[in-house]
Amino acid sequence: MTLLRVEAIDARHGLLQAVRDVSLDVEEGETLALVGANGAGKTTLLRTIAGSHRPAGGRIVFDGADVTRVRAHKRVRMGIALVPEGRRLFPRLTVEENLLVASAARRKGPWDVEAVLEVFPLLRPLRGARAASLSGGEQQATAIGRALMTNPRLLLLDEVSLGLAPVVVERVYASLAELAERGTTIVLVEQDIGRALAVSTRVVCMLEGRLVLEGPAREVTREQVTGAYFGLARTAGAAG
Amino acid sequence: MNWVNAVIHGILLGGVYALLATGLSLMFGVMRIINLAHGSLALLGAYLAFLLTEHAGVSTYFALIAVLPIALLFGYVLQVTMLERSLRAGELVPLLTTFGLLIVIANLLQYFFSPDVHSLPSGSIGSASWRVSSTITIPWFDVLILGVAIFVLVGLQLLLTRTQLGRELRATAADAETAELVGVNARGVYARATAIAVATAALAGVFYAMRSAFDPFAGPSQLIYAFEAVVIGGVGSLWGTLLGGIVLGVAQTVGAQIDVQYFALAGHLVFLAVLVVRAVAAGGLRRLSFSRTVTA
Repeated sequence: MTLLRVEAIDARHGLLQAVRDVSLDVEEGETLALVGANGAGKTTLLRTIAGSHRPAGGRIVFDGADVTRVRAHKRVRMGIALVPEGRRLFPRLTVEENLLVASAARRKGPWDVEAVLEVFPLLRPLRGARAASLSGGEQQATAIGRALMTNPRLLLLDEVSLGLAPVVVERVYASLAELAERGTTIVLVEQDIGRALAVSTRVVCMLEGRLVLEGPAREVTREQVTGAYFGLARTAGAAG
Repeated sequence: MNWVNAVIHGILLGGVYALLATGLSLMFGVMRIINLAHGSLALLGAYLAFLLTEHAGVSTYFALIAVLPIALLFGYVLQVTMLERSLRAGELVPLLTTFGLLIVIANLLQYFFSPDVHSLPSGSIGSASWRVSSTITIPWFDVLILGVAIFVLVGLQLLLTRTQLGRELRATAADAETAELVGVNARGVYARATAIAVATAALAGVFYAMRSAFDPFAGPSQLIYAFEAVVIGGVGSLWGTLLGGIVLGVAQTVGAQIDVQYFALAGHLVFLAVLVVRAVAAGGLRRLSFSRTVTA
C-alpha cells in the first residue's frame, strides 16, 4: 500500500529552485534512502513532505489524503514526523520535556517516554538534563525519540549521522533497524552511500533538485549510485 | 527611619510594576513582540472594571473577577485577528501594530469615558495600614498587590514548568518551526500566551486604578514603567521581572525621599544605569572573545 505519494513537487528558496518536478511513492513499511550531494534538494524535499516548506507546485498525498496545504503540526497528527538536520532540540528543555512536547500531537500507538528510553537506554540517566548539555549522539537519540513520541506512520530522518562519532552512528543505525523491523515507514536522507544501501529497501538519488536514480537497494550497485550522485549517469536517463 | 520606610514602600510598589510587566515579559519571551499597547490594555481592564462598578453596582473585587475572563478572550482574539498577521509580515510590523492599537485604545477610551480622571474604590483595605513605628507604615493594599504579583508569577512558573501548555510555550519560544514539526500548533500557543498576557495586564490595570487615579492617556506612562522593570530584571525572565519591578519601585521611592520631584527621574536613572552596565559588560565580552580569536 502506498503511504506517501509525492506528485510533481517543485520547491523554491527565493529565486533558487531546490526541488524540480519530483515524483515519488513510498510504500508502507519500507525504508527509503534518499541520497545526493549537498544542495541536491534532499532536505528541502523532506521539509516539504513534513509541511515546514511550502511547495511552489505539485501535490503531496499521505494515506490517500491531499496534505499539500495542511500545516506541519496537523501532518504530525496524521502520522508524519521529521527528525530535522542538526537535531534542533529545544535547548533549555530537559530530555524528558523535549520528548513530552511531542506528546501534544500524539497518535495512538506504542511510543511513550518509557518506550523511547528502552530503545535509547543512554537517555535514561539524562532525562532531567537540559538538551543543550548533551553530546551529539545523545542529542540525536533525543531527536529521534521526540519524533517517535508522536507515534508516526512515516518517519523522515535528515542526516542523522552528521557530525557524530562512528561508534555513535552505529548505535543510531541499530536503533533505526529496530524501528524498521517494528513496521515504521522510514525515509532517510543520508550522504554515506554505503550505509544508505545497507539499511534501506529502496534507494533514490537526487541531483540538482531532480530524481536521477531510483531502485531497490539490493539491485542498485554502489557504482550506479555514485555515478548518479555526481551526475555521471544523468545523460543515461537512469531515473526509474 | 524614613529611608527604611521608603525602601519598604518601594518594594511594595515593585509588586505593581511586576504585575504590570509580567505580560509584557511573557509576550516578548514567547513571540519576541514588544507590545507597545500593553499599558493601554491594562487601562482597558481598569475601564471595564469602572464600567461594571459604576453601572452594574458591583464591588471592584467582583468586577476584577469578571474582567479576567473577558481579558483572556480579548487577548486570544487580538492575537488571532491582528498580531498573528503582523508577526508573519516581519519583526517590526508588530511594533507598529501595537503602537497603532495604543492610539486607538486611548482615543476610544476618551470618546466613551471623556478625558476626566477616574478611580476605582478599593474598599476598607485601601486605606488600612500597619504602623510598625512612628515613621514606618505598611499599607495593606500594597501588600495585597505584591502578594497577587507573587501568586501570579508562581502560577506562571508552575504553568511553564509543570504543564503541557508550558512546555509548548517554552518550545515555541525557542524554535517555533521545530515546535510545529513535533505537533505543536505554534499559532495556538501564541494566542494562548497573548490571552494570558492581556489578562495579567488587565489585572494590573485594575489594581493600578484602585491605587491611583487614571485617565485614557495613562497607558504609555504605565508601559514605560513596565518596560523598565522588564529590562532591569532581564528580558523574558519572570522572576527577573519581579526583581526589576522592586528595583524600579525602590529607586522611585528613595528618589522621592530625597526630593518628591525625583520620584520618576530616579527610576529612569537606574534603568539607564542598568542599560549602560549591560552594554559595557557585553562590549567587554566581545572584546575578550575578539582578542582570544586574534591570539588563537
